[in-house]
Amino acid sequence: MTTRSPVTTLVRGAVAGLAIAAALYGCASAPTAQDDAALTARTIAMMKASFRPKGQAGMDRLDQDETQRLCSQYAEGKLPESVVKKIEQENLAAVKYPADGTLVGDWKAGEKVAELGRGMQFSDDPKKPNGANCYACHQLSPKQEAYGTIGPSLYQFGKKRGYTDQTRTYAWAKVYDAEAFSACTNMPRFGQHHILTEQQIRDVVALLVDPASPVNQ
Amino acid sequence: MPSIRSLRLITGAVAIGAALLAGPVVAQTTLENASAKYRQDLAEGNPADLWVARGQEMWTQPRGPKKVSFESCDLGQGPGVVKGAYATLPRYFPDAGRVMDLETRLVWCMVNQQGYTHAEATKLTFGNGSRHRSDLEALTAYVAKESDGVKMNVSLADPHVKEMYDIGKKAFFYHAGTHDFACATCHASDDLRIRLQYLPNLTKPAGAQKAYTTWPAYRVAQGETRSFQWRLHDCFRQQRFPDLIYGSDLSIALTTYLAASANGAVYVGPGIKL
Repeated sequence: MTTRSPVTTLVRGAVAGLAIAAALYGCASAPTAQDDAALTARTIAMMKASFRPKGQAGMDRLDQDETQRLCSQYAEGKLPESVVKKIEQENLAAVKYPADGTLVGDWKAGEKVAELGRGMQFSDDPKKPNGANCYACHQLSPKQEAYGTIGPSLYQFGKKRGYTDQTRTYAWAKVYDAEAFSACTNMPRFGQHHILTEQQIRDVVALLVDPASPVNQ
Repeated sequence: MPSIRSLRLITGAVAIGAALLAGPVVAQTTLENASAKYRQDLAEGNPADLWVARGQEMWTQPRGPKKVSFESCDLGQGPGVVKGAYATLPRYFPDAGRVMDLETRLVWCMVNQQGYTHAEATKLTFGNGSRHRSDLEALTAYVAKESDGVKMNVSLADPHVKEMYDIGKKAFFYHAGTHDFACATCHASDDLRIRLQYLPNLTKPAGAQKAYTTWPAYRVAQGETRSFQWRLHDCFRQQRFPDLIYGSDLSIALTTYLAASANGAVYVGPGIKL
């Protein structure tokens, strides 16, 4: 019983070899999910110790909701299809439509909201209305040439999509919570995070879908 | 000298101001041309030089309750050595037991060698106009200038530094706040603009190199020479995050990630930016 059969020795050798190979593979490859979670935990701990509340920006601004957590976790790789679905479904379910059913406001007021960059920064007066700063990322009215390119051009948004209920409902929901249609988009969730009021969203929707809006000329 | 510079500055500011005031219907090319011309004009005499000169003067002066100059301050190259120091920072300092960027190290020297309290040393980290200039911004500009022409070489061999790099990179992709923003929202793609301002892609060497090697920088719109701590602080303000503490570990972690990403490029600051 004390002598090992050649088969046992072979098997043991193979197991040891596999263990070493696995260990080496672990060293050379990307960090494991466990390593990554530990690094994330250390990062969050460091962040909490490195900021202080100021103005309207409290420390709770650092706390992530599930969408933010997932978008951070997968920021450097490809989003798995299951995660895309989860984010979009949860955000779509969170979209609130106005009680009176009026989705479209005044495009002139919407233009002001689209231009205004102020809002939610610790340097901003919380008593003043927030802006959406749409032009920071999007082309809208052709009259405003100082527009950014982080988002797609929205010139002729309504004209191209058609002046239908479907277009109006989509525009409302997209401004309210863009994650409902495009997981981990760069676009803020203006309704979901109470950046804009219901009336401001109506006005921005009007800028997009009103046939008289300069966006649709 | 300063009067010629000031004059040029005012002329440029007026030109850009006029372009902006002309209203929304300004041809993009006009504004971009004005900006380019302004930068070209100022290249001959970057006002940041005034900060560099003030920092250089301060470097050798006895300072604080202990009347000690920065000539005792070791930036990693030996006491008082400034040549090439900025291009190797952040680094781990065993005497402090911390990874530090230039600004944090300057504060450490002010507290531990010159005898200031931490509150005194960090009383005015960022200047707020011509009446209140920041000593730290001047010192930072001076030390950085002494790396002009030196290749960026931030070593990650020390595990403390590597840890800061890894955390900085993680934090770069951390989405939070009312707007879901991360650094990556604006700085992880090529050729994006916010309004007319082009945004560097800091996840690629070319973008990180071009951006990092031109800070500190004279900001035309503010009339101040700003440090990298300022850059991070103001990015987080716009991200709708709370107030990033000057010299905090996270500020050093992000600086480590970005400085090391710029390795290999020649440092050419202090720069000038709109």
